Amino acid sequence: MTGAWRLGLLLVAGVLVLIDMYLIFGYAPTERSMGNVQRLFYFHVPVILTSWLAFALAAASSVWYLVKRERVCDRLAYASAEVGVVFFTVAIITGAVWAKPVWGTWWVWDANGTLTFVLWLIFIGYLMVRAYAPDAERGRRWSAVTAIIGAATVPFVYMAADWWGGLHPERVTGPGAQGSLEREMLLTLLFSFVTFIVLFAFLIAERYALRSDEEAVEELRLAAA
Amino acid sequence: MRETLRAALTIYAKDVRLELRTRETLFSVLAFAFVVAFIFTFAFEPSPQLIASIGPGIVWVAWIFTAVLGMNRTFLLEHERGTLDGLRLAPVPREALYLGKLLSVVTLLVAVEALMLPAFLVLYDLSLFNVWFIAVALAATVGIAAVGTLFSAIAVHTRAREVLLPMLFLPVALPVLIGAVSGAREALDGEGWGGVGGWLQLIIAFDVVFLVLSSLVFEYVLEE
Amino acid sequence: MTEQSAPTTPRSGHALELRGVSKTYGSTHALRNVDLDAAWGRVLVLFGHNGAGKSTLLRVAAALIKPTAGSVATAGFDADGHAGRVRAATGYAGHGTLLYDDLTPEENLRFYARLYGVARPEERAAEVLRDVGAERWAQRRVRGLSNGMQKRVAIARALLHRPALLLLDEPYAGLDVQGRGFVDAVVRAVAAGGGAVVLSAHDPALAFALDGDFAVLRGGRLAATGEAAGATPDEIAALLSAPAEAA
Repeated sequence: MTGAWRLGLLLVAGVLVLIDMYLIFGYAPTERSMGNVQRLFYFHVPVILTSWLAFALAAASSVWYLVKRERVCDRLAYASAEVGVVFFTVAIITGAVWAKPVWGTWWVWDANGTLTFVLWLIFIGYLMVRAYAPDAERGRRWSAVTAIIGAATVPFVYMAADWWGGLHPERVTGPGAQGSLEREMLLTLLFSFVTFIVLFAFLIAERYALRSDEEAVEELRLAAA
Repeated sequence: MRETLRAALTIYAKDVRLELRTRETLFSVLAFAFVVAFIFTFAFEPSPQLIASIGPGIVWVAWIFTAVLGMNRTFLLEHERGTLDGLRLAPVPREALYLGKLLSVVTLLVAVEALMLPAFLVLYDLSLFNVWFIAVALAATVGIAAVGTLFSAIAVHTRAREVLLPMLFLPVALPVLIGAVSGAREALDGEGWGGVGGWLQLIIAFDVVFLVLSSLVFEYVLEE
Repeated sequence: MTEQSAPTTPRSGHALELRGVSKTYGSTHALRNVDLDAAWGRVLVLFGHNGAGKSTLLRVAAALIKPTAGSVATAGFDADGHAGRVRAATGYAGHGTLLYDDLTPEENLRFYARLYGVARPEERAAEVLRDVGAERWAQRRVRGLSNGMQKRVAIARALLHRPALLLLDEPYAGLDVQGRGFVDAVVRAVAAGGGAVVLSAHDPALAFALDGDFAVLRGGRLAATGEAAGATPDEIAALLSAPAEAA
């Protein structure tokens, strides 16, 4: 993607973020039982879904990389992992800040919460493998293996955490995210989704371009060596 | 397939022979497991009620940390002796190298776990001689070894291998740990298939998926 | 060498064909754009200083490492996609012995013979041990053997499956006159049997007795090739210590 495209994407993302801020803080009504803290929900839910998307993207490009051995796929996987770690971190922080006043606990170890945490750790492992590999080529291959193995564990984590949660009836269940949404809330949430997806796409494109430049520099250095 | 199995068993037999001769892995790993179990005694005051609720957790935390240590050793020994290249040179499918090492890891872990049973009895008055508990433990050990063998082949070549293996292995193996602890609790509560079966099925499904997947990707791990 | 040591793999073309082979590790070039052939029935000696790329070249030929660029055909098989066949057709002995120190030579060779799928592994292990003159030490742990004896067993390991192409990385290093004579005998026997040998050395005088082809590597590049008959050890030495090309 050329620089002009990325600039365009940045402008679109910037405008969307501004509108989204207005929708979240100005347009959406204050939730009756939770109050203003409920507004975090418009950040938390889209960010968490975008993080999962980042993981899916990293895993898919990793499979593609191992099969085709094209650097394009690796760059995409790497960009997804880096941006993904940031999104996961934001998702976990917003989740904790939201859960504490609403559910009385910083984190709920239900299927979604556990999965989010596990995927975050796997992404950190993914970046560690690349950092500690003896050479860049093995780093690419091993991190791809890490992402694929990580993706395979997703259904198991989900099921295990779900059953495990089911065995703990003392788990606090607060007002659900679904069901009781007013029209304005739903609209804000949907808009927020779009905003975070575009923001994510911009960050991936930017990180991908930077990675290409980094590799070009490495190759120049290699040619000079 | 037959050739793969033959080569895997050859590597396994070699590992067993080496271990019987040097005894350097089993006893060091076992000693570590004992120390972990012993330290736990002072972390909590193990009253009978407390043991009933956290006993399975203690057992599995001790075992899983021991497994990390033991799995790190399997490839480390080949790596340090320089014999990993000898295995990589062999004209056998890469799955065979994975399966051979996996068998060695499973044997080591099962041996350590079995030798730990009396320790848990003495330290916590926790009797684990229960058919369902053992079934869950065996299935979970296979799952742990399936993921751990793959990741230890990666970690052994890195600078931070002691950190990297648990970092990669523990999140992926979480479902096995959850299943093992929950299944163990059901089993020790006197439940049969009705309580343990679901967890056992989950763990076995995990074993199958990760055995197949790890065999398939192992060649990408070994390649230089 | 006994009759059975003769290579049996069908072959075509060259024993080893490298085309535009490069290998980089991070920011270092181990090999740069190397084109090299090794002929059947002959010995090819790679000369070069430490770090010239000899070991990397041999490891690429043995399918132990994949080149960053270029193609490799070993014993007529493309290493990319036919690695198993390349492995079955090549015997490799490197700097390490690839032996388990706590096992005996006999146990080591039986293990590798089984792993390689050699027929009657026990007999074959005994046979190669006899061939390399290590039968008296067959029951001792490798750990307790002299370097020279370990090297003999290491070479025996590479010969177990009767490879058509034998790759030896610095086989003369650390050997006495008798040991060097042994390596020469093994190399000649494989070449005489129709196989091929590629070995590396950094002392031209030692390997020149083999009377085969030579190639000189400098800084990962192929600096010269030729027949030993058409050059003298001094000329090779001069090629080796020529000033490194500006990178």
